[in-house]
Amino acid sequence: MTPDFLASLATQFPSLACLREPEDLIPYSFDGTATLQQLPGAVVFPTAAAEIAGLLKLAGRSKIPVVTRGAGTGLSGGSVPLPGCLVLCLTKMNRILEVDERNLALAAESGASTADVALAAERAHLFYPPDPGSMKISTIGGNVAENSGGLRGLKYGVTRDYVMGLEVVLASGEILWTGGKCVKDVAGYSLRDLFIGSEGTLGIITKVLLKLIPKPAARRTLLATFDRMEDAAEAVSAIIAAKIIPCTLEFLDNVTIHCVEDYAHVGLPRDAAAVLLMETDGHPAAVADEAAAMADLARHHGAREVQTAASDEDAARLASARRTAFAALARVAPTTILEDATVPRSELAKMIGFIQQTGARHRLKIGTFGHMGDGNLHPTFLTNERNHEEMHRVETAMKEIFDFAVGLGGTITGEHGVGLAKKDFLRAALGELNLGVMRQVKAAFDPGNVLNPGKIF
Amino acid sequence: MSAHDTLRTMDYAVLQQCMHCGMCLPTCPTYDATRQERNSPRGRISLMRAIADGRLDATKAFAQEMYFCLGCLACETACPAGVDYAHLFEVARAESERSGVLAGPRRSLLRRVLLRGLFTRPRLLRAVGRLLRFYQASGLQSLFRGLRLNALLPARFRWLEGQTPTARREFSDDLIQPREAPAGGIKYRVGLLTGCVQDIVLSDVNRDTVDALLANGCEVVTPPVQSCCGSLHAHNGDLDTAAALARRQLDAFDPFALDAIITNAAGCGSHLKTYDRLLANDPVYAPRAAEWTRKLRDINEWLVEIGWRRPLATGRETPVKATYHEACHLCHGQKISRQPREILRGIPGLELVEMAEATWCCGSAGVYNITQPEMASRLQQRKMGHVFATGAALAVTANPGCHLQLAHGAKLAGRPLEVAHPVSLLARAYRAEPGAGQRQ
Ligand SMILES: Cc1cc2nc3c(=O)[nH]c(=O)nc-3n(C[C@H](O)[C@H](O)[C@H](O)COP(=O)(O)OP(=O)(O)OC[C@H]3O[C@@H](n4cnc5c(N)ncnc54)[C@H](O)[C@@H]3O)c2cc1C
Ligand code: SF4
Ligand code: SF4
Repeated sequence: MTPDFLASLATQFPSLACLREPEDLIPYSFDGTATLQQLPGAVVFPTAAAEIAGLLKLAGRSKIPVVTRGAGTGLSGGSVPLPGCLVLCLTKMNRILEVDERNLALAAESGASTADVALAAERAHLFYPPDPGSMKISTIGGNVAENSGGLRGLKYGVTRDYVMGLEVVLASGEILWTGGKCVKDVAGYSLRDLFIGSEGTLGIITKVLLKLIPKPAARRTLLATFDRMEDAAEAVSAIIAAKIIPCTLEFLDNVTIHCVEDYAHVGLPRDAAAVLLMETDGHPAAVADEAAAMADLARHHGAREVQTAASDEDAARLASARRTAFAALARVAPTTILEDATVPRSELAKMIGFIQQTGARHRLKIGTFGHMGDGNLHPTFLTNERNHEEMHRVETAMKEIFDFAVGLGGTITGEHGVGLAKKDFLRAALGELNLGVMRQVKAAFDPGNVLNPGKIF
Repeated sequence: MSAHDTLRTMDYAVLQQCMHCGMCLPTCPTYDATRQERNSPRGRISLMRAIADGRLDATKAFAQEMYFCLGCLACETACPAGVDYAHLFEVARAESERSGVLAGPRRSLLRRVLLRGLFTRPRLLRAVGRLLRFYQASGLQSLFRGLRLNALLPARFRWLEGQTPTARREFSDDLIQPREAPAGGIKYRVGLLTGCVQDIVLSDVNRDTVDALLANGCEVVTPPVQSCCGSLHAHNGDLDTAAALARRQLDAFDPFALDAIITNAAGCGSHLKTYDRLLANDPVYAPRAAEWTRKLRDINEWLVEIGWRRPLATGRETPVKATYHEACHLCHGQKISRQPREILRGIPGLELVEMAEATWCCGSAGVYNITQPEMASRLQQRKMGHVFATGAALAVTANPGCHLQLAHGAKLAGRPLEVAHPVSLLARAYRAEPGAGQRQ
């Protein structure tokens, strides 16, 4: 970061909050990803799209890389700075702009938290379904940039399914609007869709227009315990074959069950191979029928026990096993690495079996939990980054797991994105042609390679 | 040389336990105020880790940051990874002091007088309490305020002057016998910690605690002239004095001869429960400290644990609407939330109305309202807004700092509000029971 650049920054943006001291920058040198860290040159907090446009023009001229940051909860290193870069932190652009009940749409600045978006929808008796585990703090812009998922993917989809329009500042400093409140819109390429999941490499999202849906009237929660993971997977397939689409189908494996019991004493059987949390929502009558059918199907496919919640408190108690899973795993070891290999639903049992064998083969502790309905797994490595020999085994195991997932027709990341962490695995997963086309897209939007350079590929 | 850990010598795993996920950010009052990572738990831990790694020295900016932190421990409650922030915070403040980056003649003098002088000498502290009482009773206070002499004080002390609590007429020793036995049989033997602030300004809470314990079959042992528990020192970077004070407490009480040691001050309690760690390397005191920690209980926690007796209704109670403010060091520091509410719900005539953000810090935070008056008063206003919104005439809290902060907040707002400790309400209800007079 040259003195010239800093001087221009100060004169052109006199009221912009700008951090430069080490004590201010160290806290911005990482995101939620384990082991990645890099000090930026400066961190600024813009408050309007026009200001960001000016900053991008200046950065482009001065060839200073720009890293956009939401809440810094990313799990692939997307907002980890580059040496000497300018970090644009958007948390001060956090207003909810509009809740449009006639068009079932909500507009917000991109730095608004996911929880604030969900709350604003709820106040209008509407529903914004994507619920990443980090939603209390993650920004909606970050969710769009990562195309984040959540627990409700099977029935309600992911962030992409709710983005109607975006305001984006391009690398050139122009402000683009793409999409709108029309449910149907085929005028030209859907540029909006290109920005979803672009991890801050194509443009800076400043405003988000989201689709809302009516809130389901009722919900029923069930918890089933299985002696074999294959049985749990079979039960899930049977439920879906019976034309029931539950809103939640989450599982814990045996290692995770042990950790949950050690930490939260929920009363799970320690010898079970899998615990399955199931929820169905919708019209009260339909929900009651579906819950009964799901319980039957689970029992028929070998569930040792099925509990159906009788009340809201009861439902919260059953769901607490899944809700505490990550916390229970995270406190076991100094370093927690949360992965998100994803496979077609039909291959789940195979994938989970492979993860367990791989962990044993490399003498590693891996707890796996995740979204059984959409095939999105969270193998969680419990390790210590200071133990270099063990970290080497972690890396080897991770590569084997990704290769196996891709071999089953799956993907290296279902919801956390590529960023820095998965960069090295992308070519093997997608092939050269895919990567080449992506590079062309990147060059078309950001010819100077200013926006988050070095991320994804 | 101090025997205590520094950021560089401490178990690195405690620092590593933070996976920088950010889940603590929305619960941190200082981050909420500035929206800057440095003022967040995750940011502060990253600075501590940078020092441990040798990437940063304990600079002045670092030390200031450690003192901007409230030590409210809301981050601990929110943290999925079980980060021991209380421990990190103590070590980091001690590091700030050791580095001397904040030292100036005025600050050093003040620290020496307060931490090493006043708060290690219970008799001296009481003498100051008496002086304070004289100052308030003699009309000097009104004269001082009337002449607007307080306007001459530097801003932060002026604010404090407005806050000076009214000292009680009696200290705990005047109200409590060294040993008091319940009228019925003795079910438990417990020790009572009288605290220093509690003792000077809220000694009747101590009497109420004894009464509530007696009514529940506990024999109460209260050694006279107790010294400070050391929480003020540990939270302000003086671990050596904290350890010396802990040893003194362990001399005054025999934890092996008691079923429990009771505190009614949340801030003290959360520190008292860590004596085992504080004295872990002390060959003489370590076993006693471990037993102490095992037996230490907050009064709310203890009463619920032993199946407290619900007071009988007289039918003549005036109904009162009360709201409960959770002291940080009770709900976050000791994870005690349910018990005080259970007690309040059992008090005849009392209706509990929950306030918004009950677990959000009120800004008292030990001596924070002296060292960071601006942030403290912001938090106070926010808290008072929520208290008043409930329409309650009574605010209940279980920590003397919070108690004074709420009372002062109501005074500033010019609104009537009674502030009470749950155990005081319980003791009052026992006293009002039909036939209570004969029984005692
Ligand atoms: C405890 C925990 C649980 C999680 N649970 C889930 C989960 O269930 N599902 C899931 O999918 N993810 C989950 N995540 C990952 C993470 O929270 C998401 O990826 C989230 O969307 C990131 O949002 P953020 O605001 O923190 O973005 P950041 O981490 O700050 O940034 C993420 C990426 O987006 C880019 N970016 C951010 N804002 C913008 C913008 N306005 N314009 C352009 N680019 C931008 C950044 O440059 C970066 O590449 C979890 C993370 C944690 C720590
Ligand atoms: S103790 Fe309180 S103020 Fe300090 S970091 Fe934790 S939540 Fe923030
Ligand atoms: S919640 Fe815990 S692990 Fe996450 S950033 Fe905060 S202190 Fe660290």
